[in-house]
Amino acid sequence: MSEKTKTSRRVLAEFTYQAAPTKRGYTGQTLYVNLSDNTIAARPVTDEMKETFIGGRGFGLWLLWHGVEDDTKWNDPENELVISSGPCGGLTQYPGSGKSLVVSISPLTNVPIDSNVGGHFGPLLKFAGWDALEIQGKAEKDVIVVIDGVEERVTIEEADDVPVNTHLVGHWLIDQMAETEEDRYFMSAVSAGTGAENTRMGCLNFSLYDRKRQAPRFKQAGRGGTGTVFRDKRIKALVVKSGPFQGDSNRPADLERIQRVGAKLHKEIHDYDDQQGRRMRRRGTTYLVKIMDDYDLLPVHNFRFGSHTDTHKINGDVWEARLTQGLPDGCWYGCTLACAHAVDGYTLRTGPYKGETVIVDGPEYETIAGCGSNCGIFDPEALLEINFYCDTYGIDTISFGTSTGFVMECYEAGILDREKTGGLELEFGNAEAAIELLHQMGRGEGFGQIVGQGIRRMKEHFIKEYGADPQFVQDIGMEAKGLEYSEYVTKESLAQQGGYGLTNKGPQHDEAWLIFLDMVKNLMPTFDDKAEALHYFPMFRTWFGLCGFCKLPWNDIEPPDNVQTEEPAKIPEHVQNYVELFSGITGREITKEDLIAMSESVYNFQRVFNIRLGHGLRDHDDIPYRSVGPVTVEEYESRAERYDKQLQEILNLDPARMTTEEKMAALRKHREEQYERLKDAVYERRGWTNNGVPKVETLKQLGIAYPDVVAVVEQHL
Amino acid sequence: MKVLSYNPELCVGCYVCEEVCSETWHKVTDAEKSNIRIHEDGEGNFSAVYCVQCGECIDVCPTEALYRDKRGIVRLRKNLCVGCLSCVGFCPYMAMYYHRDQTEPFKCIACGQCAKECPADALEVVEVETSRAPGLQVQE
Repeated sequence: MSEKTKTSRRVLAEFTYQAAPTKRGYTGQTLYVNLSDNTIAARPVTDEMKETFIGGRGFGLWLLWHGVEDDTKWNDPENELVISSGPCGGLTQYPGSGKSLVVSISPLTNVPIDSNVGGHFGPLLKFAGWDALEIQGKAEKDVIVVIDGVEERVTIEEADDVPVNTHLVGHWLIDQMAETEEDRYFMSAVSAGTGAENTRMGCLNFSLYDRKRQAPRFKQAGRGGTGTVFRDKRIKALVVKSGPFQGDSNRPADLERIQRVGAKLHKEIHDYDDQQGRRMRRRGTTYLVKIMDDYDLLPVHNFRFGSHTDTHKINGDVWEARLTQGLPDGCWYGCTLACAHAVDGYTLRTGPYKGETVIVDGPEYETIAGCGSNCGIFDPEALLEINFYCDTYGIDTISFGTSTGFVMECYEAGILDREKTGGLELEFGNAEAAIELLHQMGRGEGFGQIVGQGIRRMKEHFIKEYGADPQFVQDIGMEAKGLEYSEYVTKESLAQQGGYGLTNKGPQHDEAWLIFLDMVKNLMPTFDDKAEALHYFPMFRTWFGLCGFCKLPWNDIEPPDNVQTEEPAKIPEHVQNYVELFSGITGREITKEDLIAMSESVYNFQRVFNIRLGHGLRDHDDIPYRSVGPVTVEEYESRAERYDKQLQEILNLDPARMTTEEKMAALRKHREEQYERLKDAVYERRGWTNNGVPKVETLKQLGIAYPDVVAVVEQHL
Repeated sequence: MKVLSYNPELCVGCYVCEEVCSETWHKVTDAEKSNIRIHEDGEGNFSAVYCVQCGECIDVCPTEALYRDKRGIVRLRKNLCVGCLSCVGFCPYMAMYYHRDQTEPFKCIACGQCAKECPADALEVVEVETSRAPGLQVQE
């Protein structure tokens, strides 16, 4: 590699340390950085942290809880950004073992967000000696934080020369921070972009060096505005260097156990990924587009409908032809499910980088559905443009897509017009207007700044400034707790209405995805059944984020005999794999039941955290009616046969004698009552009061009845 | 290029090849560390599993640790390997092996030591056309 000119940067603070070797998945210390006073310190990981909070999201919540006050807001200096992978993070043998969790008080929800992300930063942070990185305070000027595990040195440095937008940060990292080709393999950066500065929906990009493409690539911690917090703290980049590591750098208690389940799952993916029809190795999560459309679950025109005649233009087959084939596209080493595909050689046609040829990371299902069908955009080229710019500007594609769908419906309904949008004709299907909206967010200008505040704040703005009907915008604004919905239509699945609404962080599908079990297979007919599923699956899926795992290798590949097991939806053999992996790494023997109990502690702690910050009660779990049933006459009539049948069979009404408005009102009353009954059942199953507050005995059972935690719930009992 | 060739008609199931291989490459006598494994089907019929140098593993390796050398043999650069075992699961012949004593997988590189020691002459190193290497078929 040719010697490049390295820029010398002013070092504002320096901290040298001795990297403790990882032992059974933990390094035993976390790194604390305060950007207000330039403090850098090592803090011990206690046995209690490991026992009760495990790692990842658990460590993030624990550290954040102790860092903030009851009235801390997202942009207060006390707010923290915590990044942690977990004891199994950095494992190379098992697919999907390099995830990190970002935890912070969200600018969208004002409660803790946990956002999971691939890329190499989390595992390399551990191999540099740290179980978590905790950043507090705000810098006066733009800075970078460099964690050099080779030199055992952490620095806060002035960053005038460092770019903000992510694809530029990726090249800067290679040019400025790597001495040799090999250095590139063992470093990673976290970055955001100018869009994160100007909106509340900023995401973080975690880099990885793609050895086959010889280029940096990025995975996104999309949800909840962590990129906005990052830029508010005036961070341009976090850099970690680890030096070379091996397949046992996690120092597992029993390597053979891990090798055995790892090799087994690789073989399963090799044998069945194509056969089971997903073809993740060829097209990643894009396979979902057609399935969702087939089942009327794909969000179309701001979640009004669940399918569209043009879906074939953006389905998995289209992307399979577009994504580069035959490369080991894991977001961490050893992920043979390899969903982290990319479109290579894309030439940008708009914006500040117009004419540049770039790699587009993705697109993934959520981006295609949110920015595509939900906005009536069925043009793959437009989706690539939006995908690239969202990433490099540091904007969450889900919040962008769902918010844009919302403004398009408001535009169509006459709440907005060209004057109010500054000339943007935000009709469904207008890709150029959507792209320009995105560039406005990148520049911090015009209507893009308003949309960038997210749906909750747009609703208030449209009511106050434009006289919008409060009920209508409340009904069609697809947000709950302040977070925009991810991309599934839930009208016909009460369980998934709860899967989105009864979450801690807001409507994101990583907690529970129950639509097929509930709606298609009808496997949970009673409220108790639904409540049980809304206990088990959120807890099970929470566990991935405690340990450093990805959800996809759990059920996006199945053992061939899975359907013959008693509970195929749980993928019992894969659950056992996780039991083996956790036990094999940490030496702490667990059962599949323990796995649920581990999550319950963290999950309930997070619920109490929401309450502590002034939210988290029953009304905080309300959801917009668009996610429950048809809001408009057009929407009802588009699926009239379905709804009429339900009125007849469930409510003993005669639709023939009713107007559409009467039918809509009757259906709405019924469905909203059902959702309230679901809340009752789920709260009871979770050990919460009818107001959604974890009971003291629940906290005691879960080992989290700390005095300050109990004090929070006691105010509401 | 030279690859290992196995004739099941001649194999007597003495497993000397496994011993020789593990001694050559791992300095121990341990069939679990052999790059060739002999299997018996319960009816006295033998088969062998070893790398045929097809190279499919090269494409799944995320670190470019696996490569084809000048002689056409698929080899592993240990310093680049992170022990992910993707190659183990994706070998169409199940001929990439692993062992708890090390993180890197291992495989036959057609060194011929086993053929030299095979008392039944069931193994030999043969010359095949390089162009046939992908998806190379061995005698069953």
